[in-house]
Amino acid sequence: MEKLMQDLKVQIIQQLNLQEVKPEDIGDDQPLFKEGLGLDSIDALELIVLLQQYHNIRIAKPEDGPNIFYSIRTMAEYITAEKAKQA
Amino acid sequence: MSQQGIYINATCIIRHHSVDRNGQPVYAHEVPQADLQDFLRGLYDRFSGQYPKFHKMDLLSKLGWAATEILLQDMPMDQYTPEDTGVILANASSSLDTDEKYFDTVQEIASPALFVYTLPNIVIGEISIRHKFKGENAFFVAERFDIPFVTGYAAQLLESGAVKAVVCGWVEQYHASHEAAFYLMETAPRGMALPYSAETAEKLYR
Repeated sequence: MEKLMQDLKVQIIQQLNLQEVKPEDIGDDQPLFKEGLGLDSIDALELIVLLQQYHNIRIAKPEDGPNIFYSIRTMAEYITAEKAKQA
Repeated sequence: MSQQGIYINATCIIRHHSVDRNGQPVYAHEVPQADLQDFLRGLYDRFSGQYPKFHKMDLLSKLGWAATEILLQDMPMDQYTPEDTGVILANASSSLDTDEKYFDTVQEIASPALFVYTLPNIVIGEISIRHKFKGENAFFVAERFDIPFVTGYAAQLLESGAVKAVVCGWVEQYHASHEAAFYLMETAPRGMALPYSAETAEKLYR
């Protein structure tokens, strides 16, 4: 899980072009939207693309998005669960 | 002939990896043949910073956004209500550079971040968000920079009382080719305080 969270931070910085943010600036439980990293609705779409491109996961229920993308940890937990289903 | 009560108070010209403000050179990239992305990042670091959204913009928006940052250096706009400030811009290549990049992504997974920049007037939105402008705005696409038309349009807005200040000009970018020529036109004199005429605007462009 720790390795996945570290990878996610790097992937998010790359995918969202957060050039002034370093992986260590992103807390595992820090909210990604609004008061946290300050991401917006377009970034949310880019995170969906990120899941497809890097992890081959498509979100079945869009309404789950806010919970999945709440933080790095919730994203990692979702990916881990989906990978287990695929295995 | 100059138009009474309308002034060109500042200019910013960006071309060939260098910048003139009010006719004076203020920046030249250390690598004259630098990548446009690197040149625009240099402008951001030199004249602005502290605006992470800049990095997500397409090159056209970065160019127009940076030109406005430089244009409005030492020219505060907070004396105006948001509705009193307008933006009138034009270019030749529309958003073609970004359109092509977006098209390339469509072959696999379409990029939402690129899609939102597939209109030329998005640069006006980025400038307006940054400076809280909510007045009249328009973006024209034409083969060349028609200075009498663009600045005349701005002058008409000022004359009619629709706005009290306008950022207007030319913002052209396609691949590495780039040029921005921005004017701050207002009803009150400050800065350069040149009475507006199309001839004056043309002289300042050269």
